[in-house]
Amino acid sequence: MISLRDVQLQLASAAGPVNILRGINLDIAAGETAALVGPSGAGKSSLLMVIGGLERATKGAVAVAGADLVRLDEDGLARFRRDNVGIVFQGFHLIPTMTALENVALSLEFADAERPFERAEEALRQVGLAHRVDHYPAQLSGGEQQRVAVARAFVGRPRLLLADEPTGNLDGGTGRAIMDLLFSLVAGSGATLLLVTHDEALARRCQRVIHIADGAIANDTAIAA
Amino acid sequence: MRGALMGLFGNWSLAVRLARRELRGGLGGFRIFIACLALGVAAIAAIGSFSRAVEEGLRADARTLLGGDIELRLTHRQATADQQDFLAGLGRVTEVLEMRTMARPAQRNGGAPALVQLKAVDDVYPLYGGLEFRPAMSAADALKRRNGIFGVAVEELALRRLGVKLGERVQVGDGEFEVRAVIAREPDRGFSVFAIGPRLMLSQAAMAQTGLLQPGALLSYEYRLGLQPGTNFRNTIDTINRQFPSAGWRVRGLDEAGGGLRVWIDRLTLYLSLIGLAALLVGGVGIGNAVDSFLIGRRRTIASLKSQGAPAGLIWQLYLVQIAVLALIGVAIGLAFGIALPFVADAAIGDRLPVNARVDLYLQPLLMAGLFGLLVALLFALWPLARARAVPAATLMRGLSASDDTSPRFRDLLAITGVGMLLAALVVLTAPQRNVAVWFIVGALGAFIAFPALARLAMAIARRVKHPSHPTLRLALANLHRPGAATVTVMLSLGLGLTVLVATALIENNLQRQVQQRLPQDAPAFFFVDIQPDQVMAFDAAVREAGGYGLERTPSLRGRISQIDGVPVAQVTVAPEARWAIDSDRGLTYAPTPPEGTRVVAGQWWPSDYRGAPLVSFDAALARGFGVGIGDTITINILGRDIEARIANLRTIDWTTLNLNFTFVFAPGVLEAAPQTWIATVKAKPEEEEKVYRAITDRFANITVIRVKDALDTIAGLLANVGLAARVVGAVSIATGLMVLGGAMAASQRRRVHDTVVMKVLGATRRRILEAFVYEFAALGFITAVAAIMIGSLAAWLVITEVMNLQWSFPLSIAVITAFGAVALTLALGLAGTLGALRQRPLALLRNE
Repeated sequence: MISLRDVQLQLASAAGPVNILRGINLDIAAGETAALVGPSGAGKSSLLMVIGGLERATKGAVAVAGADLVRLDEDGLARFRRDNVGIVFQGFHLIPTMTALENVALSLEFADAERPFERAEEALRQVGLAHRVDHYPAQLSGGEQQRVAVARAFVGRPRLLLADEPTGNLDGGTGRAIMDLLFSLVAGSGATLLLVTHDEALARRCQRVIHIADGAIANDTAIAA
Repeated sequence: MRGALMGLFGNWSLAVRLARRELRGGLGGFRIFIACLALGVAAIAAIGSFSRAVEEGLRADARTLLGGDIELRLTHRQATADQQDFLAGLGRVTEVLEMRTMARPAQRNGGAPALVQLKAVDDVYPLYGGLEFRPAMSAADALKRRNGIFGVAVEELALRRLGVKLGERVQVGDGEFEVRAVIAREPDRGFSVFAIGPRLMLSQAAMAQTGLLQPGALLSYEYRLGLQPGTNFRNTIDTINRQFPSAGWRVRGLDEAGGGLRVWIDRLTLYLSLIGLAALLVGGVGIGNAVDSFLIGRRRTIASLKSQGAPAGLIWQLYLVQIAVLALIGVAIGLAFGIALPFVADAAIGDRLPVNARVDLYLQPLLMAGLFGLLVALLFALWPLARARAVPAATLMRGLSASDDTSPRFRDLLAITGVGMLLAALVVLTAPQRNVAVWFIVGALGAFIAFPALARLAMAIARRVKHPSHPTLRLALANLHRPGAATVTVMLSLGLGLTVLVATALIENNLQRQVQQRLPQDAPAFFFVDIQPDQVMAFDAAVREAGGYGLERTPSLRGRISQIDGVPVAQVTVAPEARWAIDSDRGLTYAPTPPEGTRVVAGQWWPSDYRGAPLVSFDAALARGFGVGIGDTITINILGRDIEARIANLRTIDWTTLNLNFTFVFAPGVLEAAPQTWIATVKAKPEEEEKVYRAITDRFANITVIRVKDALDTIAGLLANVGLAARVVGAVSIATGLMVLGGAMAASQRRRVHDTVVMKVLGATRRRILEAFVYEFAALGFITAVAAIMIGSLAAWLVITEVMNLQWSFPLSIAVITAFGAVALTLALGLAGTLGALRQRPLALLRNE
């Protein structure tokens, strides 16, 4: 599902270029679940963005779901995400002026999918928000907003789910509930999950835990089932 | 109540101290606020200052413009010997004769007869100011008899129209004269809105040779008096009036010099000032938006201050002080431009004005503009200020929740109403035509209510309309009604400016159409004036032979209204819209039966064989303005004799038909014996016009021909200039509207960037996102245009049909141009920000939140 070869990412800053990723080599099979862990600033989220086609690698080969992301232009990357990837952010990133239903239906609309709103409603029902479809993000709690984000990520039945510290803005109980939901949806759909987290216990729920330090993979551990 | 008073008048020094600290942060977020205020104030200040400069010019050059300290004007006749002797005893006197007539080249070598404004002067003329000729020579040299022929001086235009050169000869009436000079400067040329022909000046001795001094001929004798220094001209006028109470002359003093121009300047100033004020009100929306978003950004500061014990009143004062400082900066910038612009305008168009504008720094118009600016800023800042005051201290802990009510209270609404009324009162009280100002205020208020209402209606329709199957369209449609949608702001900011432009364009278009397009089907091609009674039969025959048709001819006299219902006219209160009728001579005629097309609306027409006491048929609109009706009397001074006539009936007159209309039509038996001439209108096919023109000008040297087309061109040219001025000022309101719109777009830019990035994450291509924004902005622009066309048309319709009593027409072109313009502007401004959003790298935004 994911194949990275010598991936490097260099970004400009006021103090000069900064090497964020330094020669990452990584393979993740379809249906596998993996956690990216490491200290702040190690490059976890950047790696996730490169895999999601939201950031372009400065050097190296990035193949995800059979697509060579290095060769795709910006719109090609957008179509790649639309057809293959669901993303859940720490900050939810819902569109505040759209209802929960509209937020979830959006990617289906971009894909010109059939019955986008019916499918979005079904996704919201799956995450337990059938009664909140017409609510705006500001009218929902943090946990509810993240559930909408999860529903949005899953509604297009993606082959790859990327989650960037999805519980970082939530209290412990709510965070656990969201992760239970996420893992059960992943299990149910057979999608590949790549999860960025600081929470070691949460990371251990994945099949692999990949430690990132200073822009490189320091350790890649398989977790016994 | 005490608390409220404390809130208003509490600790100002602390508020000022705190405000100073907050203002250290700079004025970055207030560029639109300051620009909106500065632009509106600059427009009003510049218009006021330039108008004042023209008025000062009129005052400073009054003696030159009037041609004396006092001017007495008689129509048809010369002052009697008694009167002339009396005037000579008061100071230096010059007698000037003026009339419209035809001049023609003496040699037929391609030239053509042309209408000229004849002016016969004596040796003393001019009493004040310099008369300049090209080539340089004295008036005596230019006009004297030399080698047996008198000289004349003409304006450049006359040379072109007549096809003659200096040294060649022209014929005026029965006289032949040598064109000796071009008039480079005529001090008392004055200002006539409808002056049709160029000047031709000759001596009075030469005038006697023309044979135009016929009884009843439409000429005026003007006597200009130069008084001894220190003599009060008002007292002298009183002395003249006492000595000759029924002389029938129109007396004007220095304070009435350039009277026509002054009325025009007053009206034009009001018209343009109101458009400028509209721009300022449009800017008010930007001011309100800027203050609102500034105070929303300050909510945590406000909550923090409150949590440390700052009362709500102090918060209000603190931000009022800051807004006042910013408003003063905006007003100061506006005034600086307002002072500078008249100098620029004078350099650009000063030499085309009939008066030497005295451009200077005049305090009164600047104070007024500044006051308007400050009041508008306060009016639009009060609402957000009231909301800021209501921000709870708890915001600090939990943010502002939906349950916190920050809507303004009754006292705030009262304050807003009070400031609004103060602004309205200032507009009305400073306007020379208060009814126009009142209409403006009603219109402005209506627009401020209508635009948000129409915006909300559009949002409600967008919400209820069936979702289109095209997802991008669906997204754009939903963007129109979502919470935080730009619909209301865009419609208000762009819509108000567009409305001003639509209304002024429609008014100008209707007036132009009135002049140019409505007339050709039924309007005559020529007016003929000064037809002597013994020429009538020959004139009719000549017209018919040349192919003229639809001949209408009627006797014509001129007279001044001297009394209204027995009261001297100076003591009667006449409505402003009817004052024109008493300010100068009126045309009179008489008829046994109602002239064709007469619409009697009150009273009865007299029997055709009536021979009783004088009766008159009067214009119904003027009767209203004079406050008279059937049975009341009007006294008219005709040729020095007061004739009192009873009003037998009232007629409605449609002056726009250009048929022979008279304010007064007398019953038979009164005017038949008075010296009179005839006037006539004649229709002609366009290809026959030249033939008719030649037929009359060749045979009748004394008959004046006015081509209706020329007269209409003059009026159309004038309207075009007024329209241009209105459009320039109207463009200020569009510029302000665009700034407001730009500010509103910038305020929502952060949200749009976020939305765009999220949409990209979810797989939207740039084209798709752009499409959605294009549909959204195009729809917004279109809805705004429709609303602006509706409201602007309503305003223009009211002005045309109710204020001006004219026929209304709606040119589709203005609607189409407005719609395209609005869509293009909204698209340009909206997409300018959105294209930046499309280029954003998602990583930074997604990581930072």
